Amino acid sequence: MSTTERYIAEIGALARKLAPGPVRLMEVCGTHTVSIARSGIRDILPENIAMLSGPGCPVCVTPDSVIDAAIQLAARPDVIIATFGDMVKVPGTEKSLERARAEGADVRMIYSPMDGLEIARQHPDRKVVFIAAGFETTQPGNALTIERAKAEGLKNYFVIAAGKLIPPAMRALLEDKEAHIDGFLCPGHVSVIIGANAYRPIAREYGKPCVVAGFEPEEIIEGIAMLLRMLAEGKSGVEIQYKKAVDNEGNAKAREILDRVYYAGDTEWRGLGMIPKSGFLLRPEYAEFDALAHFGIELRPSRARKGCRCGEVLQGKIAPFECPLFGKGCTPEHPIGPCMVSGEGTCGAYYRYNRKKV
Amino acid sequence: MCLAVPAKVIEITGNRGVVSVQGNNVKADFTMLNDVKVGDFVLIHAGFAIKKYDPEDAREILRIWDEIREKT
Repeated sequence: MSTTERYIAEIGALARKLAPGPVRLMEVCGTHTVSIARSGIRDILPENIAMLSGPGCPVCVTPDSVIDAAIQLAARPDVIIATFGDMVKVPGTEKSLERARAEGADVRMIYSPMDGLEIARQHPDRKVVFIAAGFETTQPGNALTIERAKAEGLKNYFVIAAGKLIPPAMRALLEDKEAHIDGFLCPGHVSVIIGANAYRPIAREYGKPCVVAGFEPEEIIEGIAMLLRMLAEGKSGVEIQYKKAVDNEGNAKAREILDRVYYAGDTEWRGLGMIPKSGFLLRPEYAEFDALAHFGIELRPSRARKGCRCGEVLQGKIAPFECPLFGKGCTPEHPIGPCMVSGEGTCGAYYRYNRKKV
Repeated sequence: MCLAVPAKVIEITGNRGVVSVQGNNVKADFTMLNDVKVGDFVLIHAGFAIKKYDPEDAREILRIWDEIREKT
């Protein structure tokens, strides 16, 4: 019997112990969602163990208001929009950045925020606006880029500060009485930065076990077994499965960089609404890099998309199959909501790998 | 978006340098790490090294890369 087979057997035994359940575990991270969908882990889990997909796809939780602001900026001839790939396909209130590009806007997909800085250096006559979405994994790099722009005295590099913190979103989900979550499979690479200790207050205050897991199917299965073991023993601690990359402390140097450039401010999440202290907002010392302030753009409240239940999907309240648009009006080719757009969106992952259930 | 990949450090000048991801060389920034040396294995996310692997885990990564190379 392989190690993974042993964990699967243990999951079965623990599920019987926890029966009738149901036990509802949430994988917070979009990369976990894709790995679980692709490997078919849901199909081998006992009936009373459910894996819910969480709000861990940065593109998906970026509200329309931010997309609309980027599109408004893209319409200016002096602006170059720089963004990570998936963001261009997300439909805003009227259109997507991809559509804006087809209409002549200068929208460039980049691999690293440093590439955005390079574009700014090459085009001193234009203004580069980087959509700085992403969680704790991505934001130290974005922050370093802003620091470098300041050190170089670059006056044509700006960001839309759309970054988000994961632990406040986990708290918001637990505060929601409709979302019944028994434990969290915590994101691997966010935890490289924040460390497993970041989840201890959540585990303690809400009595929910947390396990930081890697992204391979075998690692996720072990992580699920670890969560069920804690639940069966009535424990609510924090454990690390992904030990080769994650420790309790995280990357202190990366967090110092975050602290120098950002503060945690209130921000809007698609589906979850405003969450206190959940956004990486620019400190006053870096206000000159704030694209919205520089161009005088205000974020307008997002309007609900007709029929799209992306918000409930992001909170783990419904599975994609329960949305009337899933696979019908909404497909990866013609997405209506961002959960279908992104490579790591829950609906996109279910559509690609678990469609037979529709 | 939080995708990160293991890479081997090939070249360092100041805080910047080059890493190899399964033989593909890409630019990387090492500002977030202490004491990175050529030959170390690091985790790369969006052009930034965010974690240095222990030697034992680095050997495991090399083994997996060799396995992939043999299969492809």
